[in-house]
Amino acid sequence: MSPHLNPLTGYLLVAALLFAIGLAGALTRRNAILVLIGIELMLNAANLNLIAFWRYGPHPEALTGMMFAIFSIAVAAAEAAVGLGLEDDGPRCDEQDEGVTS
Amino acid sequence: MSVVFYLIAGLTVAGALAAVLLKNTVHCALALTVAFAGLALMFLELDAQFAGFAQILIYIGAVAILVVFAILLTRGSETPKDGVFGAKPLFGLVTAAGIFAVLGWAVLHSAQALPGAGGSPTPAPTVTVMQIGNALMDRYVLPLEIVALLLTAALIGAVIVAMHEKAGAR
Repeated sequence: MSPHLNPLTGYLLVAALLFAIGLAGALTRRNAILVLIGIELMLNAANLNLIAFWRYGPHPEALTGMMFAIFSIAVAAAEAAVGLGLEDDGPRCDEQDEGVTS
Repeated sequence: MSVVFYLIAGLTVAGALAAVLLKNTVHCALALTVAFAGLALMFLELDAQFAGFAQILIYIGAVAILVVFAILLTRGSETPKDGVFGAKPLFGLVTAAGIFAVLGWAVLHSAQALPGAGGSPTPAPTVTVMQIGNALMDRYVLPLEIVALLLTAALIGAVIVAMHEKAGAR
């Protein structure tokens, strides 16, 4: 526990680490669902940044970061639904070796 | 930084690492749920109760379940024989490590300029759900309506994509 680490720095470092882990997963995994899992981790890291800056920022009563995070969660949910709907196609294309993407 | 923060951060990062590294896809989805739960705990520790419970409801309750359904309903649960990682995993790892290095350097470099650097604890903001609801109906009503439209479009789009695939008569 380093004493010079203020709370906001800790949260920002955790968010950066989560973002890097999600990016590594999205770039290296072969399965499309696991690529989407990596993207979800990156979105969540961004949400953590927004909430942390809202908490320690100068005007928490203005609710800006909180609202941004809530809308970001809603958009991420929509993205996950469409992404998982699209991903049914992936493995089949690989197996048939057609390379057709709709 | 309290011990609680380190425990929650360790749990979240461990869940995220497991979600990315494990071979079995179902195990990955379950580890992702652990990471989401850790993030919800972090939101609660940051005095953002509404966002924390929204995280639990939406991510653990909806997105994680959706991922598990997608894995089990397609053939994604079978571990492929030719490895779970792509052709060039080193490229992705180096990119991610580089980005983490840049982000970490930026955060640590600007640590003194960040709010709360003086060491005095910032008082917790008192935000009630009523205030959030009022703000959603007042200042953020246009984004709210746009999100409603987006969710409707996503619902219709997902249904159309799935129908197209089920017909299969391409």
